Amino acid sequence: MSKQQISGGEALVKALEHEGVDVMFGLPGGAILPVYDPIIESSIRHVLVRHEQGAGHMAEGYAHATGRPGVAMVTSGPAATNMVTPLCDAFLDSVPMVCITGQVPYAAIGTDAFQECDTTGITMAVTKHNFLVSEAQDIPRIIHEAFHIATTGRPGPVLVDIPKDIVDPSSPRAAMNWYQASDADMELPGYNPVMEGDRELIRQAAEMIRDAERPVLYVGGGVLRARAAEALLELAEMVQIPVVTTLMARGAFPDRHDLCLGMPGMHGNYTAVTAIQQSDLLVSLGARFDDRVTGKLDGFAPDAKIIHVDIDPAELGKVRQVNVGIQGDCKLVIESLIEALRELGGVETHADRQAWRSTVSGWQERFPLVYQQSEPGEKLKPQFVIEQLRDNNPSDTIVCSGVGQHQMYTSQWWKFDHPYTFINSGGLGTMGFSIPAAIGAKTGMPDRRVWAVDGDGCFQMTAQELVTSTVEDIPIKVALLNNSYLGMVRQWQEMFYDRRYSEVHLSDRVPDYVKWAESMGCEAIRVESPEEVEPAIVKANEINDRSVVVEFRTDARENVFPMVASGKTNSEIQVDPSQEGLLR
Amino acid sequence: MNSATPTQRWHTIVTTVENKPGVLARVAGLFSRRGYNIHSLAVAPTDDERFSRITFTVDVEGSPLDQVVKQLNKLINVVEIRELDPLDAVERELMLVTVCADAGHRHDLLELIDDWRAFVLSENDSEIMLSLSARPARLDEFEASLRPFGIAKLQRTGRVALPSLD
Repeated sequence: MSKQQISGGEALVKALEHEGVDVMFGLPGGAILPVYDPIIESSIRHVLVRHEQGAGHMAEGYAHATGRPGVAMVTSGPAATNMVTPLCDAFLDSVPMVCITGQVPYAAIGTDAFQECDTTGITMAVTKHNFLVSEAQDIPRIIHEAFHIATTGRPGPVLVDIPKDIVDPSSPRAAMNWYQASDADMELPGYNPVMEGDRELIRQAAEMIRDAERPVLYVGGGVLRARAAEALLELAEMVQIPVVTTLMARGAFPDRHDLCLGMPGMHGNYTAVTAIQQSDLLVSLGARFDDRVTGKLDGFAPDAKIIHVDIDPAELGKVRQVNVGIQGDCKLVIESLIEALRELGGVETHADRQAWRSTVSGWQERFPLVYQQSEPGEKLKPQFVIEQLRDNNPSDTIVCSGVGQHQMYTSQWWKFDHPYTFINSGGLGTMGFSIPAAIGAKTGMPDRRVWAVDGDGCFQMTAQELVTSTVEDIPIKVALLNNSYLGMVRQWQEMFYDRRYSEVHLSDRVPDYVKWAESMGCEAIRVESPEEVEPAIVKANEINDRSVVVEFRTDARENVFPMVASGKTNSEIQVDPSQEGLLR
Repeated sequence: MNSATPTQRWHTIVTTVENKPGVLARVAGLFSRRGYNIHSLAVAPTDDERFSRITFTVDVEGSPLDQVVKQLNKLINVVEIRELDPLDAVERELMLVTVCADAGHRHDLLELIDDWRAFVLSENDSEIMLSLSARPARLDEFEASLRPFGIAKLQRTGRVALPSLD
């Protein structure tokens, strides 16, 4: 390869192009200025955000929807600290993401220079790995390493901090000989993710599945990260075992499938929660026994043996002792498991699960999700709004949610029949996630319809990115469930703090969401009665040249059920008040 | 100050890491984030200068050490990690100590130094500075026997360890 002298800034942009980056989300500033100059000529589309946090969540939304790493680029100091929340969000939900931050010149590091902060120090605990690049010559190699680390093994965010003097053409330290880095250039002696599961352990797991009378497939976000939804469907249909999909795995197994029990956990449905609880075998695939799923740990699935499959060996046995722990990529392990089960003989050699199946379907019949429709004059029921959204959109619609009651309603009431159609903030629970994530998803999947389901608390945190959507022509649709409250906190105060409502009421008067949305270039619709809901959704779906915000005025008294209260076991699940009589 | 001898609650972990800036902070951060206290720490390059060896002892009573080791392994810069069983390892630590040595006690102190095969590094009329390299438990004993003379300053390095040869 011919040696070409270029600046570190040009090398950085070239390196990103070589990694296949087609779009990045960012906002320029002093320290990163030299990198923004070559972006003018680059094939990479740059989406200019209104707040750096938005760039991070857009990169996440892009990654969730496409499976490709999301890329964000911002300057030093406050821009880097604004990126901490999305990095942590991506870290907890294992989202592949590469974030480039500017840094003050190398010699100025540690002098409290203008807009200096210890970015690698601050982000150490919220990234899979981070780099502070000291020489321009290292840029192509480190960018390649960053993408490799972000996308392999357990995916996650990687940050690359770039001092200004190694990218600024006026600095002698920025001169470098261009090379296109390949795997052979990587210097990562301590990083070797294991992909294939251990054959013997897989055989043991297959035997446990064969012999189980009350098994459940407990599916987590790792199945989506491994692009293993098809393999999972084959496994579930082969062994005819019911499937629960966690908040991070909604859509990994089709909700409409007979074997699908839906979401377990704190606001999971009765059948999913109870099936786990009474199972004799839990086959955990890419899930991590999060406290929102297990409830009080020492009462979690007390009779269940555990098969735990995860690419991250630190997850195996971290929360719950396992009987068989298999380190490996979910797709490869599921495929090997199918093979091992075949070798053991067909499903007719398995334990009799007839009783289990009828028990489970009995729960489904007795404890469906329910809500009471609003009386005339009452505000809208949020569940009704989600149902109407679901019924008036194609099943491959990408749905992004914020965090709170509206997130749980969305997970419960939408039917997720395709992988990568539900994007939300699970581990970190980041309010304000949905709008920027939806913009990121739409950027990556421009032909798909993208709805953000948001609450009014969340909306006020990141709504300014709708300006980004207008200016950059990335039209999304926002269903704003406005109950004027921090709804989930209100629910906890009602249930666990004696209805003493402390700092949860936002305002019935301001902001005027319609005016606000219109001022950002969006079409805006306010909906107050049930008969207006469907027409408003239909109208929103007909508008594709700009973003649409539909404000639904919803009933603040509505609570999310079922609920496993914090500190309780899954056996103490509270169903909707109308179903309480059905519990023994 | 350490007076414990290695028991079940103290674990010696030896890691080989890339010799790069910030690696120690990553390793140390993993412990502090989980509320573990690093009891002693020794860091230096290995024979291959691309790598350093970090030897630390941790008090992990009541906490799963297994989880720390797995989390350490996830650090990109950590190349190898092993927990050393004190029974299958050679452990050494170096102590520098300045002891009061007035005329009345000087003779007894020099006798003690001789018995322990410690080295006198520096001295004046009132104090003697000496060094001893030994197993950490032996240093504890040595320290205790010096205490009656009066210890002016003391510094220990933290243990280093390698597996025993069979």
